[in-house]
Amino acid sequence: MSAVPASLADARRAVKDRGDFTLLRQRVPYSAFLDVQVTLEGGVPRCRLPFRPALIGNSVLPALHGGVVAGFMENAALLHLLLLLDERKVPKSIDFSIDYLRSANATDTYAQCDVARQGRRVAQVQIRCWQDEPGHPERTRDVALARAHFLLGSPDDEAE
Amino acid sequence: MAQTGFLEALRDNFTRVIPFSHDCGMVIDRIDAQGADARMPYRPEWLGDTERGLVHTGIITALVDTVSGLAALAAAGRFEPMPTLDLRMDYLRPAVPDKTLYCRAECYRLTRSIAFVRARAWQDDAAEPIAVSQSTFMRASGGSRRALRPAPKP
Repeated sequence: MSAVPASLADARRAVKDRGDFTLLRQRVPYSAFLDVQVTLEGGVPRCRLPFRPALIGNSVLPALHGGVVAGFMENAALLHLLLLLDERKVPKSIDFSIDYLRSANATDTYAQCDVARQGRRVAQVQIRCWQDEPGHPERTRDVALARAHFLLGSPDDEAE
Repeated sequence: MAQTGFLEALRDNFTRVIPFSHDCGMVIDRIDAQGADARMPYRPEWLGDTERGLVHTGIITALVDTVSGLAALAAAGRFEPMPTLDLRMDYLRPAVPDKTLYCRAECYRLTRSIAFVRARAWQDDAAEPIAVSQSTFMRASGGSRRALRPAPKP
């Protein structure tokens, strides 16, 4: 807490001005661990999880680990809030709920979010996760739907 | 006996058949028909908030999802495909750096089609969980689909 990393405002500016997500990733190391790539599609963040064998949870199918898909979607929700809200601190997760629709293939995975509720203290984010249809890159198949609540603008100890 | 052999195989093989769990350093401490216990040592790349120094909830979910699935399999008593239907996480308190994450999951109801699982994760004290979770898994052996195994009654 004593170190002064780039502020979230700086990180947001780097994304919006230069499309540079480096600062944002530095603030959320777990997104770098998963190698989450963010692009803005018409101003809306879209996250991509590049496939790599270490993300496999079922070697037989093969399929991505369900926990990877979930963690990726939680990450997407957090990055979405960080980019679209003017939070000065990283919002805290309150809860997360995921419905798995089908197994995620060993390929790139995408997620996009929508803020369904934005109160003063709590935001509710809906997250959709999909992949390209095998053999039909113009079609997509939904992999999972999820929702998450985040605590906004809280003092450090509020959720403790 | 067959049950014991299965549980041993589950414990010994799980990191090999689940590359991601292996990559994250997850270790099973205990597994039986009543539930599964596992842990995952801390790594700096799991931080979600560098300023406050908090672990990202996504990696907690990954641990809970894994251990919950193991508990469901252990309750079923044999290898069968058991995809997660849904999973809910409540983050009761933040997870802090430098501490191992522990998780215990229990399958409290197993039907022909569905396994219902509860789990909790903690760092220092099991009585002060950082997260609790509820999940369901679908059993491939249930319903009208082609049987995936010869099914002698125990």
